[in-house]
Parts: sequence; structure tokens; C-alpha cells
Amino acid sequence: ILGCDNTLLTTQIIEDELEMTMVCHRPEGLEQLEAQTNFTKRELQVLYRGFKNECPSGVVNEDTFKQIYAQFFPHGDASTYAHYLFNAFDTTQTGSVKFEDFVTALSILLRGTVHEKLRWTFNLYDINKDGYINKEEMMDIVKAIYDMMGKYTYPVLKEDTPRQHVDVFFQKMDKNKDGIVTLDEFLESCQEDDNIMRSLQLFQNVM
Amino acid sequence: MAAGVAAWLPFARAAAIGWMPVANCPMPLAPADKNKRQDELIVLNVSGRRFQTWRTTLERYPDTLLGSTEKEFFFNEDTKEYFFDRDPEVFRCVLNFYRTGKLHYPRYECISAYDDELAFYGILPEIIGDCCYEEYKDRKRENAERLMDDNDSENNQESMPSLSFRQTMWRAFENPHTSTLALVFYYVTGFFIAVSVITNVVETVPCGTVPGSKELPCGERYSVAFFCLDTACVMIFTVEYLLRLFAAPSRYRFIRSVMSIIDVVAIMPYYIGLVMTNNEDVSGAFVTLRVFRVFRIFKFSRHSQGLRILGYTLKSCASELGFLLFSLTMAIIIFATVMFYAEKGSSASKFTSIPASFWYTIVTMTTLGYGDMVPKTIAGKIFGSICSLSGVLVIALPVPVIVSNFSRIYHQNQRADKRRAQKKARLARIRVAKTGSSNAYLHSKRNGLLNEALELTGTPEEEHMGKTTSLIESQHHHLLHCLEKTTNHEFIDEQMFEQNCMESSMQNYPSTRSPSLSSHAGLTTTCCSRRSKKTTHLPNSNLPATRLRSMQELSTIHIQGSEQPSLTTSRSSLNLKADDGLRPNCKTSQITTAIISIPTPPALTPEGESRPPPASPGPNTNIPSIASNVVKVSAL
Repeated sequence: ILGCDNTLLTTQIIEDELEMTMVCHRPEGLEQLEAQTNFTKRELQVLYRGFKNECPSGVVNEDTFKQIYAQFFPHGDASTYAHYLFNAFDTTQTGSVKFEDFVTALSILLRGTVHEKLRWTFNLYDINKDGYINKEEMMDIVKAIYDMMGKYTYPVLKEDTPRQHVDVFFQKMDKNKDGIVTLDEFLESCQEDDNIMRSLQLFQNVM
Repeated sequence: MAAGVAAWLPFARAAAIGWMPVANCPMPLAPADKNKRQDELIVLNVSGRRFQTWRTTLERYPDTLLGSTEKEFFFNEDTKEYFFDRDPEVFRCVLNFYRTGKLHYPRYECISAYDDELAFYGILPEIIGDCCYEEYKDRKRENAERLMDDNDSENNQESMPSLSFRQTMWRAFENPHTSTLALVFYYVTGFFIAVSVITNVVETVPCGTVPGSKELPCGERYSVAFFCLDTACVMIFTVEYLLRLFAAPSRYRFIRSVMSIIDVVAIMPYYIGLVMTNNEDVSGAFVTLRVFRVFRIFKFSRHSQGLRILGYTLKSCASELGFLLFSLTMAIIIFATVMFYAEKGSSASKFTSIPASFWYTIVTMTTLGYGDMVPKTIAGKIFGSICSLSGVLVIALPVPVIVSNFSRIYHQNQRADKRRAQKKARLARIRVAKTGSSNAYLHSKRNGLLNEALELTGTPEEEHMGKTTSLIESQHHHLLHCLEKTTNHEFIDEQMFEQNCMESSMQNYPSTRSPSLSSHAGLTTTCCSRRSKKTTHLPNSNLPATRLRSMQELSTIHIQGSEQPSLTTSRSSLNLKADDGLRPNCKTSQITTAIISIPTPPALTPEGESRPPPASPGPNTNIPSIASNVVKVSAL
């Protein structure tokens, strides 16, 4: 499957008369990926097969990403949250997620240490990547999560439910009550909360 | 959920870690992957041709033969492969369906063979991809028509179930081959139509002279004979019309139909003639009326299939004919005007006016050339020749265009209608798949709750009742459950949502506010609206024995009828909670969904309605009223 072990990252651009460009990306070799991530070769193979099936060109762009993610949440609208997820996956901010980025993020989420997981989550919440989470960013994230629920929920979703949720979050996380949550505050608060610690271990055996 | 996307489920679940810090409730346990084995290649031997694929590829569709344990019946122990004694060509398509998620229909394949194979492998043909769906449907329809024809010809030899006299008569009229009487009737009427038409024609032939007067047409010479013939024909036609009117299933529709109008018009002149006296003033009009007798010839169209088809063709290509007429009219007007002004100068010209020139133009353009009107001037002759040359083109050209237009438009219409019908079907399929996916989750939730209810009451043998979902499905549902926990809201279906809206608009929730006040965070109360899974300790342990017993009683009733006995648990726990003060961690909770009308996977199960919870355990008494099969569950 990963036939080109020795090739570097190649990006070929093929043009024809219709001016269609097809970007074809081949990932790094299997050994390198195995060294960089916490997955075994077999797991990487399974992951790549699924990845390549949906994205034969080797990269995921945001639309495909949103489409794939939306399939898991048929009730509501998953596109906003998928957008934030995509930005979290796309560490180099190129607009497309390659297999290496994908696998690196998965490795952190599934096999990383608690610290790494929390750091990744902080990065997800920090929409503008400035190192701090403020209330607006949190509102956006929480609103996006609630959007995934859709319209038909019990109890009925009220307008200020997300706001209340964010307030609770900030009360818990913002230690010095300055309106923003820094990485250290976040790490500290999460490590104090049993629920969060437990739920972080939930997907240990996903692969 | 599409097949290929199932491979991305690990990613979606990993991404759920992003919700964890936001959630305030503990998450449900993940479903364990009991048969954790490495993905292996399996060999499928189909009539000697070996196909190999991953086991997980086949397991994407667990409700087909290859995806379920049904294929174990075909496992060959000696060669360690699965052997199917079926067509390898079609199997190629079937296997590609598992690989790509799209089922294709190859054009060279026979439709019934393909259908048989799909039925064998447990695949519904409705999921054929859009690229091949039209072709498949076309072939299927042709096949169905062929089968229907076969059936009809079989049925015709059987005797029909007894119809009423009226229905038999109608059938006899419409289809003369059904009985000999109908056939006799058919021929008799046909004969009389011919007789009537021939008499009308012969009536006008001059037949010898009576000495002393001018030549008479036969009609006036043998007027009595002709009158008798006419009367006989009209009587037959009248009787036939009345019989048809009696037998028609829908008299109003029959009267409005073309054939009956022709019938009426054919016999009317006779009756009008009977009524009217031999008055000189009206006899002129009467004579004109006789013209309508010629319409009797149209009655032949009942006897001739070809005439009917011709009529239908003309009707359906009316717009093309109209265009032909219009272009001809344009040409006629142009040339008539030109000829008129060209011939204006010449003396004794026949072209007295433009309308008079119309006749010349028509005769010339259709290359008839009677010669009664002839141009005399040179300009007239020139334009006349141009007229006749263009006439050939103008007449000859639209005809094949009309024919091909007709054929093209007809097929186009068919295809457009087909596409429109398929588009609706396609959107419906997408919608069904989507609601199916969301409904599957709601179903499994109810099944899961029922399982836990049964576990609580200590009937472990029923435990695995609902656990027929595949691993991927259970993982997907777990993911959705985590989302519910994160947001502290539940997924419900549309009807329940509407009911809740109505209820909430009718009643306020004054009592819900009181518990919320007692907690320091308003959200934790709604947080505790979730029933915790069995891993977190339930308040059962705090309950006195009496409660458990009452729970048992209720549970026995509930198994027959409806809902979880943990209602009482929750209500009592509500009371306990109110005493203890609410804690941020929701270790105790109460059920919000409840009702299952049948213990087996329910077809339609209304979810619990909400009601403001009374503080006292009064509602407990309502629970035994299961006769209604719907129990209201309260929620904080």
C-alpha cells in the first residue's frame, strides 16, 4: 500500500486541457511514521486504507472533512465543529490535512499522555491560536457542539444554554478570574477534575 | 452511515476528546471490542474464481449474507475458504459494493439473473448507485411488462370471476374477443356502419331518368328504400349507443368521450329530420345537417386499432402541425401579396385581391397547378416560379422534421418524467438513510435502557436482548451518547419534540426552578437528567428494602406493558437528593425516556413526556395504571 518507502514528500500537479489540477500526495514511509507516532505498522496500515478510500488524492480538504464528520452526526449540523477540528488538525495552516498530520493528531488523542491530550484540546479551543482562551472562543466552540445536537432534543435547547455552559466552564477553569484561560490554568483545572480525567481515558482502545 | 466512512469512526471518536473538558457529566463507557482480532484476508471462492478481501470490508454491511454469520454456512473446512456456487461475474459487482459502497449494474447482465443474485446475497436493489439506477429500472420495467403480458394471455383463457351483468356488457363492448356474442355484435355494427356509409354515397349517384323529368339521384328515385335502410341503421346505432351508455362504468365520462360524441352526431340528423316537417325554409338547413351523417365513418375507429393510433399521433404532435401550418400561412401570405402587386398592372387579371391570390399560391406551392389562375406579367411569372420552387421545400421540409421531432420530444418527455420521479426517489432515499441512522440511535438507546431496566430488576436472562447491533454501530451510538452527555441534552424524534413543545407552552415549570435553586450551578440539575449507566453506583443501594420490593412488583407489571421501574428509584432519589442537597457530580439521576410498549425492538415507541415533577412521591401511584400503556415520566 505504501509502496514508496524512500520517497520524500512529493506533490505532483497534473494539468490537462480542461485545466483540472489534481494534487496527489504520497505520505512518508511507514517506518518513519511508525517512529514518529505511537501506532504500530499494522494500525498505520488500517488507518491509511480508510484514509485513502475516502480521499484518493492523499489530502483532505475542509469540505471533505466536514462531509465525513457530518455523516456521524445526522441529527444536527456538524460543520462548525468540523471546521474547528480541521483547524486543529491542520497544524501548518495550509488548508489541507495530509495523512501525516492526521496520524500525528490521532496518535496524540488516542495514545498520548494526559498532558499531550489536554494540550491538544487547549489548542482546539484556542481558535485564534494566541495562547489564551477567552469567553468568545469558548462560546463559539460550545455553540458548535450544541449545533451538532440538532433541533429535536430533550429538553428543548434554549437560547442561553450554551452561555450557561460556558459560564460553568469558566468558573471551573479560570483560576485567577481574569476572563481568560491560559494553558496552565487549563491543565491544572482539568487535572483536578475526576470526570475529565476519566473521560480522557475513554478512547484508549479505539484502534 | 456509508461504508467507507466507517473507517473514519476511530477518528471521530478520538475527536470527541475535544468535548471532554466542556462536559460536566461523566461519559458512558465505551463498548468493548470483544472479538479483537487482527484484520485478516478471507478467500471467497465463487465457482472456481477466487476473490480475496479483508474481513472488515465484508463486515461493513452486517445485514447481508457476506457481512453476517450466514457466510459461515458456506465455509469449506478443507480449503479454509468460503465457496459459493454462483455466478462469478455478478459476484464481482457484489464485492465491489462492499469495497466502494456503491452497487453497479452491468449492462450486459440479464436483469432477472442479476436480481436473483442480489436476493441471494441479501442486498436490496434500491441501493444501486445513481449512475446505473436508471438503466436498472428501465430493464426491470421491460421485464415486468413481459411478465404481465404472459400473465394476461394466461388469464384470458381462464374464466373471470363473476362480474355483474353491466360489467360483462362493458367488457364485451370494449374487447370483442371475450365472447362470441360480443364478436357477433362487433361485426353486426361494423356491417351496418359500412351499409350506412355506402347508402350515403350511393344516394347521390344519378341513376337513370324518369321519363319526363331530369336525371335524378338514386336517393330521390328510391327514396323509400333508402329511407328504410337509413332508419334501420340509425335504429341499430341508437340501440348500440344506449347499451353502451347503460354499461359504462362512469356515465359522465362516457358521455364526454370522443367516440360517444361521434355516435351522437352520426344519428342526430335522422331524428332532427324526423322532427322537422318538409318545410321549404328549413330544408336547406336540413340538407346541410345530412353532411354530418358522414361522421358515421369515424365509428370505424372502434373497429380499427390503426385509426386510433393515427388519431393519437396527430393529437400528440399538434404543436408541430401547428408550426407547419403557421409557416405555410406565412409563406402563402407573402407570395400572395407579391403576386397580387405584380399582377396588378395586367388587364383582366384573375388576381383581383390578395385573398384571391391565396388560392393561386396554395395551388402552386403544393405543386398542384390547376391553371385556373395564371400570372401574365413577367414579374408575375418570375415570382410564380419562385413560389412553386419554394413550395416544394416548404411542404417537404417540415414533414420529416415533424416526424423526428415527434419521436425526439416523446422520448425526451419520457426521460424527463423518469428523471423527475427518480430524483424524488433519490432524495427520499437519502432522507430515509439519514433518518434511519438517527432513528437507529434512538432505537438502540431505548433498547439499552430496557436492558438496564431488566438488569435492575434482576432478570439477567433478558440482558442481551437488544445487543444485536454491530460493533461499529455500537461505537457510533456511544459517540452520540457522549455528545448527549457533553451538552446535557438528549436526542429525541420529531413527534416527541412537538409534544414537548406543546406541553411547555401550556404549562410553565415552576417546580423545576426550585431544585435548580438548591444547587449552586443551574446546569448541574439538567446534567443530572441523565440516567447513569450501571458502572456508577446507583441510589439503589440507599433504598430500603420496601422500595426494592415495590420496584420488583412494578417491574413485573412493566415487563408486560411498559416502562422502567427505575422511575420509582429516580423519584425517591429525587427526594433523597432534595434532602442531601445537590451535588455537582450527578451520581444519581432520573430517567427522562421511558416508554416502550413492547419489550422487543419497538416499531414505534413514544418517548417520555415531561411533566413538572411533584415533590411528593404521589406520581408513584400513577405508575400501575399501565392500561393506558403510556406513562408520563417526570424530569427535573
